[in-house]
Amino acid sequence: MVWFYLERIFGYWPVLLKGMGMTIGLSLLSLVIGVVIGFGFGIIRAGHNRWLSRVLGLYIDFFRGTPFLVQVFIAFFILPVIGIELSAFAAGVVALSNMAACFIGEIVAAGLKAVPSGQSEAAIASGMTRAQQMRLVVMPQAVRIITPSLVGQFVLLIKDSSVVSAIGLLDLTRAGWLIVQSVPNGLLVFGIVGLGYFIICYPLIHLSRRLERRSQAAFL
Amino acid sequence: MLGGLNTRVMMEYLPEIWQGFLATLFLSTVGFVGAMALGVLACALTIQPLRWLRAPAVIYVDTIRATPLLAQLYFLYFGLPRLGIVLPEMLIGIIALSLNSGAYMAEIIRSGILSIPRGQVEAGMSTGLSYMQRMRLIVLPQALRTTVSPLIGQAIVLVKDSSLLSLISVVELTRAGQRIAIDRFMPVEGLVATALGYLMLYYALKSAAGAWQARNSIPGRG
Repeated sequence: MVWFYLERIFGYWPVLLKGMGMTIGLSLLSLVIGVVIGFGFGIIRAGHNRWLSRVLGLYIDFFRGTPFLVQVFIAFFILPVIGIELSAFAAGVVALSNMAACFIGEIVAAGLKAVPSGQSEAAIASGMTRAQQMRLVVMPQAVRIITPSLVGQFVLLIKDSSVVSAIGLLDLTRAGWLIVQSVPNGLLVFGIVGLGYFIICYPLIHLSRRLERRSQAAFL
Repeated sequence: MLGGLNTRVMMEYLPEIWQGFLATLFLSTVGFVGAMALGVLACALTIQPLRWLRAPAVIYVDTIRATPLLAQLYFLYFGLPRLGIVLPEMLIGIIALSLNSGAYMAEIIRSGILSIPRGQVEAGMSTGLSYMQRMRLIVLPQALRTTVSPLIGQAIVLVKDSSLLSLISVVELTRAGQRIAIDRFMPVEGLVATALGYLMLYYALKSAAGAWQARNSIPGRG
């Protein structure tokens, strides 16, 4: 009986494969954009301009405080109202990379603040400009501190990408949803979908744990 | 940009939004209690020495952490009827939320317990305290101080995650906001009302976590 269903589910392998490709592509693209903007956010949040930091803080709070599903709806239904018409894919990328940037921004800011102030003072004393201080002294140390949390954030991003299936984007979760309409065995269908995510996420979780242990050892 | 917000319609739907808000609060609270129970159990199983008891807990935590909540939700929603178990959507949602957050809570509690310096436990041993006494008098009181904030952080995640239950047609805050979008064709008004509801819960929990942190942080240990 199980084999009968498995055979039918694997009859849909092009859909599953396409969904897997979409999940990976969407996550990777959003990851790159999210990291770039997130580092910018982090530098501003940890920076000296109080007002800029506060305004950005409110923006970040909005996206950290509302469910990602609501944000996807905002990208898909509200942006057109102010004249930005997006395809489902573009809306997914915008929502996902924006949320990633907000979370990564706070991680980066915390990392920058964790670097002892003596480091940047020493950099000033040796005549470096602000940009040099950041690029050569503070940021490299901050990156070492935050790498485990960043990898953890990537895992969250991949998992959150499943939510874009709500606006009809054919990712891995949506593929499962479509297949279960004609193969009525949710346990098997979503077991396979889950396995797909597990294959992508589990190595990353492992990596994050290893990095964490190593960085703890480095500070002891 | 949102100058044309139709506040009259928002006020008209206020009772429904409020109902949705209460439903979200209810789902999150019940989910939190269930997740706490699962988290404590899974954590207790992972830190005790018997391997055959540890394995299921580790598999549970890792499987949950490596798959999205939405897939877990659909797994139960489409899968349970297959096993002849027919439950109301709301209950399925609460089970999924508890199972999901429970795994993260197990990790939070575990890292809280493991963060207690070894010397503390050894000092307890040398003064002749039993295992239970060491746990109760030395380890847990200190672990509690450091885990409450991350646990509240997980509660924030849980509140936000509960919005996914709208996708299996549980009526909560997100779904209530969609009513305005569908009935009146006003997605902006619906989403603004929804977002405001979640932000209220977010700021309440966030300031609670901050207040606890300020009062209970252990000197010299962040």
